[in-house]
Amino acid sequence: MLDLCDQIFVLLKHWMLGWPIWPESVKPLVSILLSIVPIMLVFAGLFAIMTVLERKGLGRIQNRYGPNRVGPYGFLQFAADGIKALTKEDVVPRAADKVIHFLAPLVLIVPVFLAYSVLPFGRNMVPMDIDAGVLFFFAVGAATELAVFMAGWSSRNKYSLLGAMRAIAQMVSYEVPLIVSTITVVMMVGSLSTVKIVEAQADYSGQWPQWHLFTPWGFAGFVLFLIAAMAESNRSPFDLPEGESEIVAGYFLEYSGFKFALFFLAEYLGMFAVSGMAVTLFLGGWTAPLAFLSWLPSWLWFFAKLMALIFLFIWARGTVPRMRMDQLMNFAWKFMLPMALINILAAGLWHFLPAGMGRWMACSAVIGIPYILLGRGLVGGKQFAKRTYRFAE
Amino acid sequence: MTLPFAMIAVVTLSSAVAAMSLRNLVHCALCLVGTFGGLAALFLQLDAQFAGLAQVLVYVGAVAILIVFAILLTRGAEPAQQPIVAGSWFIGVAVAALTFGSLVVTVITSSAITSPAGPKPDVAADVTVKNIGARLMTDYVLPLEVVALLLTAALIGAVIIAMPNEAPDSKLKAESSKLKKSTNF
Repeated sequence: MLDLCDQIFVLLKHWMLGWPIWPESVKPLVSILLSIVPIMLVFAGLFAIMTVLERKGLGRIQNRYGPNRVGPYGFLQFAADGIKALTKEDVVPRAADKVIHFLAPLVLIVPVFLAYSVLPFGRNMVPMDIDAGVLFFFAVGAATELAVFMAGWSSRNKYSLLGAMRAIAQMVSYEVPLIVSTITVVMMVGSLSTVKIVEAQADYSGQWPQWHLFTPWGFAGFVLFLIAAMAESNRSPFDLPEGESEIVAGYFLEYSGFKFALFFLAEYLGMFAVSGMAVTLFLGGWTAPLAFLSWLPSWLWFFAKLMALIFLFIWARGTVPRMRMDQLMNFAWKFMLPMALINILAAGLWHFLPAGMGRWMACSAVIGIPYILLGRGLVGGKQFAKRTYRFAE
Repeated sequence: MTLPFAMIAVVTLSSAVAAMSLRNLVHCALCLVGTFGGLAALFLQLDAQFAGLAQVLVYVGAVAILIVFAILLTRGAEPAQQPIVAGSWFIGVAVAALTFGSLVVTVITSSAITSPAGPKPDVAADVTVKNIGARLMTDYVLPLEVVALLLTAALIGAVIIAMPNEAPDSKLKAESSKLKKSTNF
């Protein structure tokens, strides 16, 4: 029974594939569709719910109600927003490059959906188990930068172009620590396949899981990955590309109606995908957090961890103020990149030292000492104290 | 020739032709990205996953952005008023023909084609990412290190060129301190 619950979606797919209505020649195509359609539906649905939950959560953080008019507790707000986006007029600026302006949202949404094809959502539930899965994920992620440029450039608007330039500079800079912090996991597992990475973390020592998070290099890598992921998906505190107070809305300023909704969708789906990758790499994918909880279905654990990470994203958005452009670049190149490189060294040490307390101490020192020194060095002897206001008190 | 190959070939070639013949430089750059993507698809179709995905990561993700930035930073993106075909087109055609010819000769005389027919060894199974990494770290470690050194040197060179010659804010500081003195009654 429990096994059935765990494998229910796999069995469902096999059962539907066994229907006699498909001719033998179209079966591969049907199999592909049966993998793609649920992913698109589930994550589009998650996007819809998450927009409401995010506004509710932000409201709670900012001491207000959030949406509470449409449906019970305002939870049908997404339907109202969707209908509004669909029925709005699609305005294209007269000076815009019409073809590229039209193509940009499509070029953005396709790689974002492609990224889901290598994530293992549960036991035996990976759409495409390829040898270079992690590489595939980052390769399609790199393709989104071009779409951002297309949107910003084709709008013929100074704010759009500025936003696109900011976005590209930020995404290129933070892609480096994102990938370098992933290298540690690939080194330790010895494979780029996402399925093998999850299997490497599936064991338990006693009740405690052997996730990569619970090693010094894994913890440092996870924190670096999460920060870089926030920057990659243009989320606050890294939302300079759309900084409303400076450049109105950034690269999608000149988009309206459903094209704007597509940009919104792509931002959230990108966030879900990169969170799913963080779950796969560091949080043990679909494995249970404690050994005696393994009887719950594997896909439930994947989505529970995904939601926990998304909650972290929302929490950060509600509490951390937006960075300045120079702070953003200095942070990427002077702090994130050296720490990610040092983390590779720590992972190597971990691999070659004998297991035990000594290994823990050595690896923690290799990561911790540069962390403190770099932090002190970048502050540069400035004194921080409580800010005093002259008039606002 | 299979149908997927034909489709990929048509997309790659047509976007290459468009990249050469369109008037707007940014359009040309975007068409070039289509060519890069087509090449990556060809690699993937031949089961060379690493080459295909690295092609996307490096060319679509980095080189295309570099080209686009270079166009925007150096000149206006407005179409130039000169004819599309340059006066010295025959030199370009000659170089292209020469390159193509040498590639054709190399491919035809390579051992993969000239070796006697029979069961060919399964090459795709051997070219996993793991094997590529192992070979790079053992047999080809010297070329790898040389390339790494070259790239690092290029990076440092770029930073040095981009650095301002004098301390940028010394003038500003002097100004602001003067200002402070004058207002500090």
